[in-house]
Amino acid sequence: MEHLFTNIAQILTSWMVSLGLPPIWADLILLIGQWTIIVVIVTLNVIVLVWLERKISGFIQERLGPNRLGPFGAFQTIADAMKLLTKEDIIPSQADRWIFMTAPMLFIVIAVMLYAVLPLGQGMEVVDLNVGLFYFISLGSLSTICLLMAGWGSNNKWSLLGAMRSVAQMISYEIPLAFSLLGVVMLAGSLNLSEIVTAQNRYWFILLQPVAFLTYFIAATAELNRGPFDMPEAEQELTAGAYTEYTGMRWALFFLAEYTNLVAVSALAATLFFGGGQGPWLPSWLWIIIKTYLIMLVFMWMKWTFPRIRMDHLMSFSWKVLIPVSLANILITGLGIEFFRGMGW
Amino acid sequence: MIETETYTINIGPQHPSTHGGLHVEAIMDGEEVKDAIVHVGYVHRSVEKIAESRTYAQFVPYASRLDYLASHLPTLGYVQAVEKLAGIIVPERAEYIRVIVSELSRIASHMIFVGSLAIDLGATTGMVYCFRDRERIMDMFEMSSGQRMIASYMRLGGISADLPESFYPAVESFINDLPGMIAEYHGLISGNEILQERCKDVGILSAQDAVAYGVTGPNLRASGVDYDLRRDDPYGIYPRFEFRVPTGQNGDSWDRFMVRIEEMEQSGRIIKQALRDMPSGEIQAKVPRILKPEKGREVYHRVESSKGELGFHLVSDGSDKPYRVHVRAPSFINLMVLPLICRGGKLQDVITNIATLDPVLGESDR
Amino acid sequence: MITDMAEESNTAKDNHMAELAAALNERFKPLEVNYDQYFAYLKIEPGALPAVMQSLYDDWGMNYLGNLDAVDYGEEFEVVYHLYGIPAHDKKIAVKVRVPRQNPSVPSLIAIYPTADWQEREAYDLMGIQFTDHPNLVRVLLPDDFSGHPLRKDFGKGV
Repeated sequence: MEHLFTNIAQILTSWMVSLGLPPIWADLILLIGQWTIIVVIVTLNVIVLVWLERKISGFIQERLGPNRLGPFGAFQTIADAMKLLTKEDIIPSQADRWIFMTAPMLFIVIAVMLYAVLPLGQGMEVVDLNVGLFYFISLGSLSTICLLMAGWGSNNKWSLLGAMRSVAQMISYEIPLAFSLLGVVMLAGSLNLSEIVTAQNRYWFILLQPVAFLTYFIAATAELNRGPFDMPEAEQELTAGAYTEYTGMRWALFFLAEYTNLVAVSALAATLFFGGGQGPWLPSWLWIIIKTYLIMLVFMWMKWTFPRIRMDHLMSFSWKVLIPVSLANILITGLGIEFFRGMGW
Repeated sequence: MIETETYTINIGPQHPSTHGGLHVEAIMDGEEVKDAIVHVGYVHRSVEKIAESRTYAQFVPYASRLDYLASHLPTLGYVQAVEKLAGIIVPERAEYIRVIVSELSRIASHMIFVGSLAIDLGATTGMVYCFRDRERIMDMFEMSSGQRMIASYMRLGGISADLPESFYPAVESFINDLPGMIAEYHGLISGNEILQERCKDVGILSAQDAVAYGVTGPNLRASGVDYDLRRDDPYGIYPRFEFRVPTGQNGDSWDRFMVRIEEMEQSGRIIKQALRDMPSGEIQAKVPRILKPEKGREVYHRVESSKGELGFHLVSDGSDKPYRVHVRAPSFINLMVLPLICRGGKLQDVITNIATLDPVLGESDR
Repeated sequence: MITDMAEESNTAKDNHMAELAAALNERFKPLEVNYDQYFAYLKIEPGALPAVMQSLYDDWGMNYLGNLDAVDYGEEFEVVYHLYGIPAHDKKIAVKVRVPRQNPSVPSLIAIYPTADWQEREAYDLMGIQFTDHPNLVRVLLPDDFSGHPLRKDFGKGV
C-alpha cells in the first residue's frame, strides 16, 4: 500500500518508454499527469471541505447543517457548485474590466501551484525542489496581489478597503510566518520539504519547536484570511470586502482558492511540524491526509468560535508580539543547536 | 507630505450590520472615521398619522409593532398612557401579568442585543446561543397570546387572556436556567479577549453628553447615570418589586454590554417576585366599548423599554379616536449620539457602536 | 391664572403639582399655568422660550428634555416640551408654546438641549414647524423630496 502511487507512476513510465517514447518525454507527460490529478483532487476536495465546514459549524452552533440533499446533506455543496456555475457573471460597468476578470483566475492558479512541492507521501511530490519551502512562501505572498487586484478592479470602496486591509495584513504576517519556519529549517538543515520530513525521524518538530508552530499557526490564519483574521472579507463590516462585486463562478473561484490555500497551509504544517507522512501502520499518503484534515478542523473550530479582531490590533499583534517572539525563537533554536553540537550530539 | 483626502463610505441602508434600514454616512480618512452622518426613516410607516384614524383600542397592535424585538413594552406604554388619559384602573392580576411579560420581553430584547453584538463582531456562534435561549421566551409568548414576536397581548384596562397553565412551569424553568445562560454568554462572548479588546474604550459616551443628548435606558446607565424609570418615575406596580439598577463607569461599548447582561438578571428577579406575589382574580377592567376620554385632556406617559425611555404623548378631543399620538422613540434619540461616539474611531468601531447602542429601526422610524 | 385640570381628588401628588405650578407662575409670569397630577403645564410666548428654558435648566434642574412634539390645533400649532431632571426629582414640567399656522416659527433649543436636534427636525418634517437658529433643519424621517407635512390635519385633503 505504501508504494501504491509511486508504483503506478513507475509502471506508467515504463509502459510509455516501451511504447517508444524517449524517457524525458515520458517523465514530462507523467509530471503533467500528476499535476492534473492533484489539481482535480484538490478542487473536488473543496466540495468535501465546504460540506465539512458547514456540518462542523452546525455542530458548534447546535444546528443541523445541510441535511436535505443526499446522505447527511453530502450533495448540498455539489448543488451549490452547480448553482454557482450557472449563475450570471456580472461585471460592474465601472469596474476595471481586465483586472477585475483576471484576479480570481490568478488567485486560484497561485493556490494550486503551491501543491507542486508538497510531499503528499513518501516520494510523492510533483517536483522535489531543493528550495521547496522558499518556493511555498514566495508563492503564498503573491496572493496579496490578487486580492488587491480584485479590490481595485471592482471600483467599490468596500472592496478597496478590504483589499488594502488584506495587503497590510498579509505583508505584516508574511514576516512572522517566514521567521517561524526558519527554526524548522535550521533544525533540518534544508529547505527541501521531503528532507525536512526525513529529519523528523526521531522527533516531530512540534516537540522541538512549539513556539514556532504557534506563531506559524496564527500567522497562517491571517495569511489565509480566515476568522478571526478575516479582515479582507469581514462580511459584517465590509459587506464582503474584496469579493463584494463578484458573482457566480468568479466569486466561486475565490472561494475555491481560499479552501485550496487552507489545505496547502495545513498540509505544510503537517509536513513541517507533525512528521509529514510518518506514522505507524498506515501508508504515508494516508497519514498526511489525516494530519492535514485534523489541522484544518482546528482552523474551522477557531473560525466558528472567535469574533473578528480589529484591524489596528491585528497589526500591532503582528509587529509587537509575533515578530519578536519568532525572532527570539530563532535565537534560542540557534543557541540550542550550537549547544547540543558542542555536547557532541 | 503625501496629499491625502477624506472619502465618504455609506454604511447601509443595505448592509449586514445595520439592524434594519439604518444609513450611516461615514467620512473616512483611511480606516479612521472623521465624522458620521446618520440617516433614518427607511422604515417610516407614519404610525402617528395612522393612530389619528384608529380608535384607542385599535391602535394597540400598531404599538406592538414599534419595537418588534420586545413588543410587550411599547404596548404596555401605550395602554398605560390611554389608561391615564381615561382614568381606568387595571385589576391587580393583570398588572402582575403585564410585569411578567414585559420583563420577559426585556430579557428577549437584551438577548438579541448580545447575539447581534456577537455576530456584528464576527462571532457567529454567539448569536445562535442567544437566539436559542430567546426562543424559549418566544414559546412562552405563544402560549400566552398566540403570537411569538408581535404579541399585542395588552388591552386597554387589562390583558387579552389569562396565562395558560403550561406557562408557569415554562417561565419558572426559564428563570432557573437564566443564570446558566448568562454564564454561557460570559464564557463564549464576553470572556473572549478579542471581543473585550473591541468593546473596551470604544465609543465612549460621557455622562454629560448622554444626558444632554437625551440618551436613555441601558445606554445612559452604562455612562454611569443611575436613572431607571421603573424606580425613579414608577408606573404600574413596579414600586412593589425589589431590583438593582446596574450602571457602568466608562460609558464605552463594554459597559453598554455588561449593563444589559446584568439587567437580564434583574429582570429575572422581578419576574420571580411577580410570580410569587401574583393574586388571582380579574384580568380585565370594565372599559366602555367605545372609549371617549374627556375633551382637551392630554397625557405624556413614559415607560422604561429595553431601549430606553419610551414615551407616548396622547391628546384627546373627546372622540373615540386620539387627536394626536406622539411616540417618543428611544432608539431614534439614542441614534443621535452615534456620530459623537464614532468620531476618531475606526471603521470597525462604527459597527460595534451601532450594535451596542442597540437601535430598533421599526421604533426609531415609526 | 391657575386652573385645576385634574379630575381626581387632591392627593399629595396634586398638591405637589399645584405648588410647582404656583412657583412657576410666580417666577415666569407666563400666559397660563395648569397642572394635573402628572405635570405642571406652562404656556408661554414663543419668543420667551429660550430664556425660560435656560432658567428652567439652570435654576430648576430640568436638565433632561424628555420629549418634544407638536400638535395641530387648526389655526395654531402647539409645540410641547416635556422636561424632567436627571438625577430624578419630582418636578415635571411641560412647556407649551402656540404659534400661528401661517408662520409656525419657534426658537430652536439646540443650544440648551442638544437632544432637541432630531426632535425638532422631526417636528419640522412631520408638522412643518420652523425652528429658527436650527443649524440643520432638514427632513429626518421622510425623503428629502417629499412635499407637505403629513401630521397636519389638512394633509392630503386637497390643500
